[in-house]
Amino acid sequence: MGLMDIFRFSSLGRFLERIFGRRHARIGIYGPPNVGKTTLANRIARDWCGEIIGSVSDIPHETRRAKAKSNIKIENGSSSLIIDIVDTPGITTKVDFRDFLKYGLSEEEARQRAKEATEGVIEAIRWLDDIDGVLLVMDSTQDPFTQVNVTILGNLEARNLPVIIAANKIDLEDASPATLKSAFPQHPVVPISALTGHNMDMLYSKMVEHFGKRRRRRSR
Amino acid sequence: MRARGVTVDLISRNKLDELSSSEKIDFIIGEVKKGKILILEKGLTASEQADLIKKTMSSIDHDTFIGIEVEGYPEERLGFLQRLLGIRKPRLTVIGPANLLKTVKKDDKIIEAIIVPGRGV
Repeated sequence: MGLMDIFRFSSLGRFLERIFGRRHARIGIYGPPNVGKTTLANRIARDWCGEIIGSVSDIPHETRRAKAKSNIKIENGSSSLIIDIVDTPGITTKVDFRDFLKYGLSEEEARQRAKEATEGVIEAIRWLDDIDGVLLVMDSTQDPFTQVNVTILGNLEARNLPVIIAANKIDLEDASPATLKSAFPQHPVVPISALTGHNMDMLYSKMVEHFGKRRRRRSR
Repeated sequence: MRARGVTVDLISRNKLDELSSSEKIDFIIGEVKKGKILILEKGLTASEQADLIKKTMSSIDHDTFIGIEVEGYPEERLGFLQRLLGIRKPRLTVIGPANLLKTVKKDDKIIEAIIVPGRGV
């Protein structure tokens, strides 16, 4: 832990954050598998520091361990926010190794992937205790009322953690970000394509504004 | 002789109120692993739902239990005073083995699910 981290988590650091707002926030990227979390993490890291965070794949549960990238400075006009991005494994209520076989994995590889995926889900949920805000990624071509989305949002609301819903995949023909907006009117929803970069400026602007706000975190 | 089929248990609010959060999670996982579908009159809080997912993940054995299908409505939105007092109102929730219960459609008013007996894993 560096000096800045020690300051951030000290009583003085928290007091000053409540008075002046947050300048440095740890942001978790959450969502179900295959909604584009790592594509979004890579987009943010590439846009602001020219690097990528993890590999992407059509096979679900490609990200099975949380990956972090620290000190990414996001600017929005005269405002800025320094964030640590945590790309978390997809959260789900079921994992069946047989689902991976159709992607050409051997049974041994599929079983290993499934085992790691279950561990990844647990790790992702544990990270909720150590973050300051969440980018909740949803696939805007899919039904938004999934239990995973409801559970994540419920936990964030209980902790009073700020969340921005990234309505991803708007480059696809059947995308309907308006459905997400009407499903979760209490949260900011930003339609994006992490793949093409469409609307990312709007997302960065909302991140600086929303994650930089003063707020008091509640314990669960 | 007991008829063969899928057992659906409707769990009352009273029964759930008798259990602590961890007892509730253990009870649900235990019953679902037996192949039962549970309809909880009073659903789980957000933090219990997260704990249920964690417990489910650690219970998956890939050959006989691949996880759960769970659907419930978001907690009721409460007034300022109730929120201040930490009062939460989880709502009806249906939970079953993922190899048996499949959600067809869900919106903020209706949950439609199908039971596929003998689908197996």
